[in-house]
Amino acid sequence: MATLIIAEHDNQRVAPETLKTINAAMAISPSVSVVVAGANCRSVAVEISKVAAVEQVLLADDAVYEAQLAENISALVAEIADQYTHVLAPATTFGKNLMPRIAALLDVAQLSDVIQIESDDTVIRPIYAGNALARVKSNDPIKVMTVRCAAFEPAPVGEAGAKVTELDIVIPCDLSQFISKQAVESERPELAAARVVVSGGRGLGDKESFALVEKLADKLGGAIGASRAAVDAGFVSNDLQVGQTGKVVAPELYIAVGISGAIQHLAGMKDSKVIVAINSDPDAPIFQIADYGLVGDLFELLPELIESL
Amino acid sequence: MKVLVAIKRVIDPYVKVRVKSDDTGVETNNVKMAMNPFCEIAVEEAVRLKESGKAQEVIVVSAGEENCQEQLRTALALGADRAIHIDTEINLEPLTVAKLLQSVMEKELPGLVLLGKQSIDSDNNQVAQMLAALTKRPQGTFASEVNIEGDTVTVVREVDGGLETLKLTLPAIISTDLRLNEPRYASLPNIMKAKKKPMESITPSELGVEVVWHQQILEVTSPPERQGGTQVTSVAELVDKLKNEAKVI
Repeated sequence: MATLIIAEHDNQRVAPETLKTINAAMAISPSVSVVVAGANCRSVAVEISKVAAVEQVLLADDAVYEAQLAENISALVAEIADQYTHVLAPATTFGKNLMPRIAALLDVAQLSDVIQIESDDTVIRPIYAGNALARVKSNDPIKVMTVRCAAFEPAPVGEAGAKVTELDIVIPCDLSQFISKQAVESERPELAAARVVVSGGRGLGDKESFALVEKLADKLGGAIGASRAAVDAGFVSNDLQVGQTGKVVAPELYIAVGISGAIQHLAGMKDSKVIVAINSDPDAPIFQIADYGLVGDLFELLPELIESL
Repeated sequence: MKVLVAIKRVIDPYVKVRVKSDDTGVETNNVKMAMNPFCEIAVEEAVRLKESGKAQEVIVVSAGEENCQEQLRTALALGADRAIHIDTEINLEPLTVAKLLQSVMEKELPGLVLLGKQSIDSDNNQVAQMLAALTKRPQGTFASEVNIEGDTVTVVREVDGGLETLKLTLPAIISTDLRLNEPRYASLPNIMKAKKKPMESITPSELGVEVVWHQQILEVTSPPERQGGTQVTSVAELVDKLKNEAKVI
């Protein structure tokens, strides 16, 4: 078994999801190779070389890979993939965008959003917004998969320095051009990695009231999330959406404020360790999965809760 | 320019699915079916491109049993011009769907292909990217804004951490995110008119695609149930429980 991980990074630091993917891959083989494609990203390769399970880092450092577009990175990975039995990436927007393109170039299927690796060819993945779990066996010579990061811990970083090998494959990207990125700046912890997540929904009524969710999150040192209704109403930016089509989180504590608990939202948070729901509607479906439910007016309860912490 | 839109028939998103007792899959008999919500957004975007004069013809395509013609008719009622039904009783994997669409693209030569970012049943999020790879075309996945300018298209993508803007050379493959638009409803006159719009039926073998399986679903089970929780009556009680019982704060 030889496993290749595609590193997600911003050309400076490795994304924590990469470390979780490496750990997930431990179920297949004890050591992995990691490919780092980007521009001026040697520091990322060095950082990854310190992860205990990493045997080799393949560095494709060229201006053509700067925006990490799927068009040329998929071609780069497809060129080296025949030496591997498994190719993995995190199921983030980066991995979701890139991996099916790699799979198709290799003429193999893909296993998406894997939550458990049972053996080298069999995995478990959620379907129907997490309302069913499918055990799937792949018959392909190369297994391409994306890994649900909320289901895995990060791989430990050690002292050992794996070998960094330069790849001299340069594939220009002439059909697709990166124009700009509008990043959402936040002092709070990353939503997908936070220990505590406080999420707000339609029940907050307006953008100003969402500040209550932010205050509570800050008191608990947590991240903020939102339901689709809150995002669509413009309370917060859409990268904070938790659910089937947004982010999947599994923090130690998830506090849902003014969120009814639609199937699509539950898909993104029902593996949280402790779920608290605060809602004025005692019949809201969120109460069926909440460990602690509090019925009442959130405009009275939230300030009281913030005050008492 | 022609716009090709791929759509899928799925269990209605508001239905609570039930896993079959023999663990082979999810119950679909007598369950309400609908067009996949992301596909509705793709159809809407295509129709808007036509209304703004950027596209001349909107073709919708779906692969599956005969009953997926219902969803194709819905798309025609929403404003698509004609439909292609790829007739197969076999459950298709995303790679096979991508190969079928590749074959349709070779026949129809669309300037743009729109698909939903994922179907809400298998949650794969693969077909658009695979189609782009097979046809060697650029991809704009998870689009929340699409602007055609001459022979290029600018796509704003919903990515982790914010938004990203790309410029792609047409023909391009675009997959839709929820924020792209608000799909319209079909009016009764349009539903009547849709019955007269052309619907072509074609088989995978006529498209030159051999259906092969790369994967095998061994078992489909229900996820572990969460234990019913407790209702607390005050903020003080909640804080106490979180501190002393759950020990999370």
